[in-house]
Amino acid sequence: MGQAMNQGVLQAKLWYAQRISAMVLGICVAVHLVMIFYAIRGGLTAQEILGRTQGNVLFAFFYEVFVLACFIHAPIGISNILQETFPKSAIAKPVAGALGLLILILGSAAVLGVYTGGAL
Amino acid sequence: MSSRPRLDSRAKSHLSYFAYACHRFSGLLLASFIPLHFLMLSQSLRGAQGFEQSLALTDLRVFKFGEWALVILLAVHLAGGLRVLIMEFGPWNGLRKGWIQLSTLFGIACGLLFLYFAN
Repeated sequence: MGQAMNQGVLQAKLWYAQRISAMVLGICVAVHLVMIFYAIRGGLTAQEILGRTQGNVLFAFFYEVFVLACFIHAPIGISNILQETFPKSAIAKPVAGALGLLILILGSAAVLGVYTGGAL
Repeated sequence: MSSRPRLDSRAKSHLSYFAYACHRFSGLLLASFIPLHFLMLSQSLRGAQGFEQSLALTDLRVFKFGEWALVILLAVHLAGGLRVLIMEFGPWNGLRKGWIQLSTLFGIACGLLFLYFAN
């Protein structure tokens, strides 16, 4: 009984975390889409990307917030899908955990990279 | 095996099932792609030249097609997600079928915009 209750509380917390991160992502994705359409004109070059992002604190802050919101949102979604599709297997937690780590580490490395331009 | 309720063809032919399926499918693909996207961008840690070498990959046709598909998926997931948020947090007012149509149109519009701007 106690365990089922804890499970329910956890489910509710995860649902809330996914919805709050979705609200943040809604704004980030809308901005990102506009940025994509602006950036792809004439093709993507490293010079062009770094010219926009290098040393730009606002860009770095925006994209790190974006990464953190993805870090919360995507693993919860993947975990839900895996749990619903394979309810008897224990695959959901490790896969969601691995995805979360990948997003956090690679995403932060990407933000650091485009902010510094590799000059660390 | 699945813990989802069994749905008959009547439920599955409903527009909101289409919205659910689109949101799942786009979310799953986006989540699988994001680590690769970040891996590519983190190559900027190698400096402008190293970054350029990695970006050269995106000139391949298969990557261009992938980028195009991902922009559409992102647009569909954004509009579909807004519908979910409005349904859950707003006052109850049906299944917001207008949002499903809007998501579809938004996805198509973003796909066309991508084709217009990309070279």
